[in-house]
Amino acid sequence: MNGTIPAPTIEYALLAPMLVVFGAAIIGVLVEAFAPRYLRSAIHKPLTLLTLAGAFVITIWQARTGIPTTPSAMGAVAVDGPALFIWGTILVLAFVSVLLINDEGHFVASAAAVPGSAEEERALTEGATHTEVYPLVLFAVGGMLLFPAANDLLAMFVALEVMSLPLYLLCGLARRRRLLSQEAAVKYFLLGAFSSAFFLYGTALLYGYAGSVDLAKINTALGSVGGQDTLLYIGVAMLGVGLLFKIGAAPFQAWKPDVYQGSPTPITALMASGTLVAAFGALLRVFWVALGGLEWSWTPIMWGVAILTMVVGAILAITQTDIKRMLAYSSIAHGGFLLIGVVALGNNQQQNASALSALLFYLVAYGFTTVGAFAVVTTVRDAGGEAWHLSRWAGLGKRRPLVAVVFSLFLLAFAGIPLTSGFFGKYAVFQAAVAAGATPLVVVGVVSSAIAAFFYVRVIVLMFFSDPAADGPSVVIPGGTWAVGAVAVLATVVLGVFPQPVLDLAHTAAQSLFVR
Amino acid sequence: MHYWLSTLIGVPVVGAIGVAAVKNELRAKQATLGISLLVLALAVAMAVQFSPNGDKFQFTETYDWVPSFGVHFGLGVDGIALVLILLSVVLVPIVVLASWHEAEGGKRSARTYFALLLVLEAMMIGVFAATDVFLFYVFFEAMLIPMYFMIGSYGGAQRSYAAVKFLLYSLFGGLLMLVAVIALYTIADKGSFMFSDLVGSIQDAGTQKWLFLGFFIAFAIKAPLWPFHTWLPDAAAQAPAGAAVLLVGVLDKVGTYGMLRFCLELFPAAADYFTPLVLVLSVVGIVYGAIVAIGQTDMKRLIAYTSISHFGFITLGVFAITVNGASGATLYMVNHGFSTGALFLIAGFLIHRRGSQYISDYGGVQKVAPILAGTFLVAGLSGLALPGLNSFVSEFMVLIGSYETQPVYAIIATSGVVLAAIYILWMYQRTMNGPTADSVREMKDLNGREKWVLAPLIAVIIALGFFPKPLLDVINPAVKDSISQVQHVQEASKASVAQEGQ
Repeated sequence: MNGTIPAPTIEYALLAPMLVVFGAAIIGVLVEAFAPRYLRSAIHKPLTLLTLAGAFVITIWQARTGIPTTPSAMGAVAVDGPALFIWGTILVLAFVSVLLINDEGHFVASAAAVPGSAEEERALTEGATHTEVYPLVLFAVGGMLLFPAANDLLAMFVALEVMSLPLYLLCGLARRRRLLSQEAAVKYFLLGAFSSAFFLYGTALLYGYAGSVDLAKINTALGSVGGQDTLLYIGVAMLGVGLLFKIGAAPFQAWKPDVYQGSPTPITALMASGTLVAAFGALLRVFWVALGGLEWSWTPIMWGVAILTMVVGAILAITQTDIKRMLAYSSIAHGGFLLIGVVALGNNQQQNASALSALLFYLVAYGFTTVGAFAVVTTVRDAGGEAWHLSRWAGLGKRRPLVAVVFSLFLLAFAGIPLTSGFFGKYAVFQAAVAAGATPLVVVGVVSSAIAAFFYVRVIVLMFFSDPAADGPSVVIPGGTWAVGAVAVLATVVLGVFPQPVLDLAHTAAQSLFVR
Repeated sequence: MHYWLSTLIGVPVVGAIGVAAVKNELRAKQATLGISLLVLALAVAMAVQFSPNGDKFQFTETYDWVPSFGVHFGLGVDGIALVLILLSVVLVPIVVLASWHEAEGGKRSARTYFALLLVLEAMMIGVFAATDVFLFYVFFEAMLIPMYFMIGSYGGAQRSYAAVKFLLYSLFGGLLMLVAVIALYTIADKGSFMFSDLVGSIQDAGTQKWLFLGFFIAFAIKAPLWPFHTWLPDAAAQAPAGAAVLLVGVLDKVGTYGMLRFCLELFPAAADYFTPLVLVLSVVGIVYGAIVAIGQTDMKRLIAYTSISHFGFITLGVFAITVNGASGATLYMVNHGFSTGALFLIAGFLIHRRGSQYISDYGGVQKVAPILAGTFLVAGLSGLALPGLNSFVSEFMVLIGSYETQPVYAIIATSGVVLAAIYILWMYQRTMNGPTADSVREMKDLNGREKWVLAPLIAVIIALGFFPKPLLDVINPAVKDSISQVQHVQEASKASVAQEGQ
C-alpha cells in the first residue's frame, strides 16, 4: 500500500476500433492547426473515410476472432457481442453520413460571423469553409463507440460528453437558415448539459448506494445493500432521465424537432442514426446489466415512457409542415417502438437474447432508412437551400419520379409495410414483447403505427397525387448523396426481403448477452 | 416437386418489371395483356390437374424464408383458394383490356399503371395460395400498396382522399391482425407459421376469442362488413373502373376468404362463440347496403353499396356453418367477382362516354346504345340473382344453408333479394329506359374492344348459372374440411348441454 500504484492493464487490441477513430480525430485537429487551408479538405475527406472503414474492418476482424467474455480495460469497457454489433452499425452509418457531409454546401462559411453581417459576406467571398467538421465528427463517432460499450457509469459519462459536445457545435453550422441552426445548437447544448448533469448526479447517488460505479457491482449490490432505497431510486431515476433524453423519449423529447430541423441535414442524419443506436446500446446496458435485478421497479415506468413516446411522436408528427421536423417526430415514435423491446426483458436467457437481437436488427434497419431519408431531403432544393416546407414537395413524383419513389420507399419502411426492412424490425420487436407478456404495449404500438402511417402516407400523397407547382424545387444529386441513397435503398429492400443473414448476425451477437 | 404456384406468382412480377422498362406505351399494354393471358393459361393448366378429392392442399411448395421467425414461403391451394385464384386470373386480362385507354392524355404514365396491375395480380395469387400465415399477412398488407397507387394516381377527382382512406383503414385492420399473428405464433409455440402446424394448436377458448377478434376485424374491414364498410364506396367510386373491379371483385374477397380459412379453422371455439354477432352484422349489412344503394345518385357508389349487401350474404353463408352455406358463400365470392366486375366495367364505359357518374345525367341510353344497355341488364340481373344466371345459384345455396341452422337470419336476409331488384332495376330504368336525354343522344354503342371485354364476363355469368357443378365439385370437399372444426365444437357443446340436462 505504500505508494505503489499498479499499472492498469489495457487491451489495446480489443479497443482498437475506438482508438483508431480517436487517433484520427486528433490527427484531424493537427491538420487543422498545421496544414494550409487549401489542403485541409483534401486531407480530411480521405482520412475520415479511411478511418471509419478501417475501424469497421477491425471490428469485423474482432468479431471473427472471438468475442471476449470479460470486460476490458480494468472493467471500464465491455467489448462484447452486442457492443461489437453496435460498433459495426455505427461505423457504417457514420461512413454513409460522412459521404453526405462531403457533398458541398451544407456548412456555413464562418460560424462565428453574425448572420447577415459584413463578416459573413467576407467569409463567403473568401471561400472559407469549416473543415473542423471532420475531426468533430470523428470525435462524436468515437464517443458513440464508447457510449454503448462503457461498463462503468463514469466511463459512460465521459463517452456521453465526448459524443455530445462535438454534436452541439456541429448543430450550429448549417449554411442556410442560420438563426434556426444557432437556436438548435443553443437548445441542444443547454438541454443536453442539463441531462448530463442528471446523469452525473444519478451516478453519484448510485455510487453512494452501491459503493461502485461498475455496472456489474451495482447489480450485485441490489441484492446485498439494504436500507438505502431512497438513494437507489433517485439515482436510477436521474440516470434514466439522462439516457432517455439522448434517445428523445417523451417527456424528454422536446429538443429533437428543433435540433433536427436546425442542424445541417447530414449532421441530422448522423444524429438520427448513430446517436440513437449508441444511446439505445447504453440504455440497454445500464438497465439490463446494472439494474436487471431491479426490473420490477423500472419496468412499469418504462411502459409508461414507451407508450407516451409512441403516442406523442405519432400524433405530433401529423401537424408538422417542415419535412425535417416531421422526420424528427417520426424518430421519436420509433424510439418508442424500440423501448417496447427494452421492456421485453424476460425471465430467461433465451428470451432476453431474442429481445436483444430484435432491437439490434431494428436499429440497423431504422438507421439505414433514416440516413437515406435525410439524404433525399438534402437533394430537394429551393433557391434558399433545402425545400423544407412540405408543400414544396407537391408533385415531386412527376418532376423527379426516381427521387420520389426512393423517398416513398423509405416512408413505407418507416410505416412498417411488409417487404421493407422496417416491417421485419417492427415485427421482431413486437414478437419479443408479446413473448415477454407485454401484449398491451404491442397493441399501443400497432395503433401508433397506424397513426404514424397517416403522416408518412400524406407525404406520398403530396408527391404523387398532387400537381407540381410551377416554380417547384429543383433536385440536385451530388455523387456522395447518390451513393448514400443507393446504399440505403439496398439495405431497406434487402433487409425487407432477405432479413435472415442480418438476423443471424444479430442473433449471434446477442447470444452471449452483455458481459458482466 | 412442381412449381405451378411460384410460376404463377413469378410470371407477373417479372412481367411487371419488363412492362415498366418498355418505353413504348402501346407495346407495354400489349405485353401486359400477353402476360396476363399467359398467367391465365398457366392457371387453367394447373387447375385441370387439381383432384377435388385428393389432399387438402395441392401443388404445395415450401421453402424456408426467415428461419429465425419460423416463416416459410409456403404455397398450396385447396378448392376454395383455387377458384378464387381462377377468378383473379380471369379478371386481370379483362381489366387490362378494359383499361386500354386508362391513363391516356399524357399526364400520367400508362406503363406504371399496367406494371402495378401485374404486381397486384402476383400478390392476389400469392395471398390466396399462401399456406404460411405470415406469408399470407405479408401479401395481405403488401397488396395495398399497388392498389393505393392505382386509386391515388389514376382515380377520379377525390382520388387522394379515397386512396388514403382505403390505405389507412386496411392498414389499421392489418396491424391488429399482426398482433394476433404474433400472439398466435408465440402461444402455439411450434416455431413455425405453417398453417398446417398451427391448426388446432390453440385450445384455450379465451385465447381463441382474442386472436379471433384480431383476425376478424382485419377481415371485416377488408370484406367490408357493416359497420367497417365506409371506405369502400369512396375507394370504389374514385378508383378507375379497372381497379375498382379488382378492388371489389378480388381484394375484398381476401376478407371473406380469410374468415373461412383462418377464423373458422384456427379458432373454431371462438368462431362458434362469435357466430351470433357476425350473423347480426351480416344481415344488417345486407339490408343496410341494399337500402343505401337505392338512395345513391352516383352509379359507382351504388354498385359499391350493392357489394356491401352481397358481402353480408357471403359472411352469412360462411358463419352458418353448414356445407351448403359455406359452399354457397365461396361460389358467391366467385360469382360476385364476375357480375359486379361486369357492372363496374359497363358503368365505366358509360362514364367514359358521358363524363359523369351521376344517374340523373343519363336516360334512354337503350335506344342509342342497345348492346351496352343489354349487357348492363344481364350484369344487373345477375347482381339481383335472377334464376338462370350465376348469382342465383350461390344466393340460393347461402339462404338454404343458413336456413338449416339460422332460420331467423335467413328469413331477414331474403329481404335483401327484394331490395336488390329495386336498386338494380330502378338504376336501369333511370339510365337506360325512358326518353333519351339530350346529352346521351350522340352516345356510341360498344366498340370491338369493349365487346371483347364483356363477352367473356357475360358468357361466364350465364354458364355458371346453368352449370355450376364443376366449381362446386372443387369447392365442396374443401369447405367441408374448413367448417368441420367448428362443427366438432358445436357437437361437443351440445353434448355437454345434453349431459347437464340429464
